[in-house]
Amino acid sequence: MKSPVTFWLNGSETAVFVDAGANLLDVLRRGCGDLSPKYGCGQGGCGACTVLIDGEPHVSCLVLAETVAGRSVETTGGLSNGPDPHPLQRAFMEGFAAQCGYCTPGMLMAAKALLDRNPSPSRPEVEEAISGNLCRCTGYEPIVDAILEAARQRGAA
Amino acid sequence: MAIHHGRGFACINYPIGMNLGGDPSQALVHSTPDGKFKVTLSSIDLGQGIKSVGRQLAAETLGVPVEDVFVDTADSDTGPHDMGSFASRGTHRMGNAIIRAATEARAQLLEAAAEELEVDASDLVTDGRGNIHVKGAPSRSITVEATATAAQFNQGRTLAGRGMFLVPLSEVDSDTGEMTPVSSFAHAALIIDLTVDDETGEVEVQHINSAYEVGRALNPRLVEQQLIGGAWMGVSHALYETTEPYYPDRSHGPVDFNHYLQPGPGDAAPHHITVLERPAPDAPFGGKGPGEMCANPVLPAIANAVFNAVGVECDSLPITPEKVLRGIRANGGARSQGRPGA
Repeated sequence: MKSPVTFWLNGSETAVFVDAGANLLDVLRRGCGDLSPKYGCGQGGCGACTVLIDGEPHVSCLVLAETVAGRSVETTGGLSNGPDPHPLQRAFMEGFAAQCGYCTPGMLMAAKALLDRNPSPSRPEVEEAISGNLCRCTGYEPIVDAILEAARQRGAA
Repeated sequence: MAIHHGRGFACINYPIGMNLGGDPSQALVHSTPDGKFKVTLSSIDLGQGIKSVGRQLAAETLGVPVEDVFVDTADSDTGPHDMGSFASRGTHRMGNAIIRAATEARAQLLEAAAEELEVDASDLVTDGRGNIHVKGAPSRSITVEATATAAQFNQGRTLAGRGMFLVPLSEVDSDTGEMTPVSSFAHAALIIDLTVDDETGEVEVQHINSAYEVGRALNPRLVEQQLIGGAWMGVSHALYETTEPYYPDRSHGPVDFNHYLQPGPGDAAPHHITVLERPAPDAPFGGKGPGEMCANPVLPAIANAVFNAVGVECDSLPITPEKVLRGIRANGGARSQGRPGA
């Protein structure tokens, strides 16, 4: 039994038929073709699938797709402004804040949620904001540095 | 009840690659008609950077801009045989194979340019910016793009190279046991400063200081990135991670990421790294690569630092608060071993 769900995906009105009980991650990846949120554990334990719903970070693997009807969903797929990377993406790139890159989309979205509500966070606030996102490669330090750098760049702009 | 400081040291001689029956890698390089070059490998980049380093090595050898080289990895159907991405062998083994393939392709590139310019190929040089010209006469030149187009549409010539690097099997001397299992060693020394809480048994890493000798650092930012991330993994193995906390009893094993402990972003200790460059003669442009040894010395250094702090020798990993507390209790209290250098 499929039901129609309409929501705003990265600013564009999107309509998709979803199975009852389908999770948002699955619907974004298979239904909408947005492969930017990653499937890590499927249990809300790794943060690789983090997206913003009405500006708040959520692990999309634990969100029922039908609950986003009429709401705004942001993914890494919509972060850049055309060819111009988002300040966070640029800071991650220039700060070598990714190795295998699997955690990067979730990290970016968790970081965006933080900077949108707190444009100049302290280091502990950044660490807290990404504490639900696992990274196996970087040791977190370059990621925290990149988020602080993006905040500085935004402040200077 | 008190917090005890401890300092621990470990050093490592680390073999790059392994040789259990020979250790081959292959690479193929070919040009597109517009003078870009593709490097085809079967080994994968899982974040360690072989794509970036392979690109640099190929561009340097070919004499073309790095932007004009593309590395295609991880398809053993279309790529040549390779043992794989493990044993820290990528930069050394694949790098050498890439250089050989690129050398062959460069010779063909210069032959094709020589035919267009009506000169001898041995008189030609590349400027690294996409041009080939006669040595000492920069005005007699042709672009790499025009050369590739001419080679493929007029001359009927491929601009391609095959590269093979093999560390052959080293036989064991049956009398002495002597053999040469590896061809290249990297080295490091690492110091851990940590605290141990003798009430909770918790160990907190405060600082990491290290010096790594990895041959030439072909891509210094990637080297630094790998050393920082690898040390984090070493801390994680030393203090947190286990699938069988009561091995050989398999009970209480973690079933998901909430139970499988790893240090989080707030637990990362500052890591000061010095990279010493001592180019190795058999390595690609001298670069041996850091690989697994970015994690290895952290574990014994932490074990030594815990002993230094409270006198507990842990002989199994991870060094959990439970093991530290049991050790302190068995010793009749925390026994600091004194501060080295203090």
